[in-house]
Amino acid sequence: MALVEVRNLSKIYHLGGEEIRALDDVSAEIEGGEFISIIGPSGSGKSTLMHILGCLDSPTHGTFSLDGTEIQNASRAEQAKIRNQKIGFVFQFFNLLPKLSVLQNVELPMIYSGISASERRKRAMAALEMVELQNRTKHRPMQLSGGQQQRVAIARALVNNPKIVFADEPTGNLDSHTGSAILALFKRLSEEGRTIVLVTHDPNIAARTTRRIEIRDGKIAEQVDETLAGLKPR
Amino acid sequence: MNIFNAITIGFKEIWAHKFRSLLTMLGIILGVSSLVAMSALITGMENGMKESLVQMGGIERIRVEDQDIPPYQSHLADQAVGNTVNDVYALQQSAPLLRAITPEMRTRNATMTRSDKRFSSWNFVGTWPSAIEINEHTIEHGRMFNEIDDENARNVCVIGTAARDALFGSPEELGREINPVGEQINISGEIFTIIGMFKHYESEQEAKKRELAKSQPPPDPSTVQRSRGRSGSRSSGGFVWGYKNSTVYIPLNTMWLKFRAATGTENMPDPRLSQITMKVRDINQLEATIQQARNVMMITHRGIEDFSFQTQENWADQINSSIRNARMSGGFIAAISLLVGGIGIMNIMLASITERIREIGIRKAVGATFSDVFIQILVESMVIAVVGGIVGLFASEGIVRLLQMLSPTENTPVITVDAMVVAFAFSLVVGILAGIFPAMKAAKLDPIQALRYE
Repeated sequence: MALVEVRNLSKIYHLGGEEIRALDDVSAEIEGGEFISIIGPSGSGKSTLMHILGCLDSPTHGTFSLDGTEIQNASRAEQAKIRNQKIGFVFQFFNLLPKLSVLQNVELPMIYSGISASERRKRAMAALEMVELQNRTKHRPMQLSGGQQQRVAIARALVNNPKIVFADEPTGNLDSHTGSAILALFKRLSEEGRTIVLVTHDPNIAARTTRRIEIRDGKIAEQVDETLAGLKPR
Repeated sequence: MNIFNAITIGFKEIWAHKFRSLLTMLGIILGVSSLVAMSALITGMENGMKESLVQMGGIERIRVEDQDIPPYQSHLADQAVGNTVNDVYALQQSAPLLRAITPEMRTRNATMTRSDKRFSSWNFVGTWPSAIEINEHTIEHGRMFNEIDDENARNVCVIGTAARDALFGSPEELGREINPVGEQINISGEIFTIIGMFKHYESEQEAKKRELAKSQPPPDPSTVQRSRGRSGSRSSGGFVWGYKNSTVYIPLNTMWLKFRAATGTENMPDPRLSQITMKVRDINQLEATIQQARNVMMITHRGIEDFSFQTQENWADQINSSIRNARMSGGFIAAISLLVGGIGIMNIMLASITERIREIGIRKAVGATFSDVFIQILVESMVIAVVGGIVGLFASEGIVRLLQMLSPTENTPVITVDAMVVAFAFSLVVGILAGIFPAMKAAKLDPIQALRYE
């Protein structure tokens, strides 16, 4: 069974009596270990799809399962637990807590999973080593460059060892050089066996992933699997 | 997230906004300390009032006083004899529910003089030796007069310290205590020997003040000495203390023969007593005791009801009701100030969560549940209230001192543990109530909207 199975997913907003279909009957599958991008112009519904897959939002119709759990049946508390244990988020604007140190930011998800202080520290240090920021632990986010902040956010996303990482325009707020370094980091993590879903509007970034799902007007427009086409090694 | 983490985060959040938190806490600090201080003042007042009640014989004391003859008996007016010592003998014989009984005969126009010094007592009484027990007196020097002194109508007296101070000089003026026992004084033309003196009666507060003054060096003699009031600063105490200290007791027969000759008939001085004072054996049988005494006196008065019983129950009730009223109104005002403090907390928590919408979104995105966020905000509000409450308990001590400085009272305020517990519990409840609404609001936030919030 696939890690994520999406079946006939719809999300409908009502805005002033008008019905807006942000997602319209979307079905897709994501296998464990895939490096995949969801691409589409702004307003296409790609963020809505990511939010639903990340258990931050719930669909109007349709079902989807994550790691064998039917999410549409889960309570809010169960969804919070899934976000905590199985999902990691990387955002465009980093979304680090400015009052906490780098180390405390990385420890944050573990506070909500009830892990002891010493274990938290150990695992946070290991995650920071993975993104090569082990000597910036005492700094505040504001004292770091954008690229470094994004790496802290990646360390935070990985620290609870999630099944899947969602990255929403992770390079959107970085210069092209730093952005490219971050993409290289994602590539490396993917090669280590992590499942990564990159949400972007930029075809150049999407081109660096092994599979692309293109969304337009809430519908899946095209799925390109370059491994199947033999263009890229899996 | 466990509760310990939540408390830690709460303290950090407060520390991050020190000034704002302090201002918010101030409402709780003032509320708690005014509640405790108010209770302390009232408890002090209550103690003072009860102390003076005990000094006046407590609630076991009953007085029998003259009363106008009721209208339906007015035709018997010329047969009425008033309260006399015969009633006292009869009551002693036939009212076993009474523990002690003493007649009192007063005169208002007795003036005591010694060389050029004069003193008029408010409480110049001819009585029996048992008066000392009924009226809660203690002899400091000499002795009380006895039955033989009374039998022979001797010119002896036992005085209070106010009489001593006026006639011989007070310890404050002279710097030493004078023992007047054995001295002779003139009372309205008769020579009396002082055979005893009562101790100085004063409230705890007065005693403390005096102790303090003693330990300090004597005042500079170059400054002008002045006496405040008739008998120096010692009588500046409450009415009860001043009244007791001015007591002068002489034997009943002496009073009758020497001071009542002018008001009697041609061959006998007026035998009517000013009052009969008695104590009940068992306070729970006060009603029965009064009934018994009434029955005895109805016989001696031949059915003419020209007497009435005065208990001090009214006084005790009055104390209780005035203390209850003071507590109610004081507590109400202090509770309102605590409530205002709680509104301050709620206000600041609402401002705080608006500032932190994005933070709450991030926390939710990484796995904080509804209850995690709810508990965190509620604990922050409680931490402000609890810290404010604890500081308020310490501050109440200072407020009590401040109030004492502004208006020195007779009664030492007493900070009770009860008041502290109630005030602290109240601050805790206020903290919880103030936190619930903001915590609910924060916990309900939609993570996506919170993350997008600028």
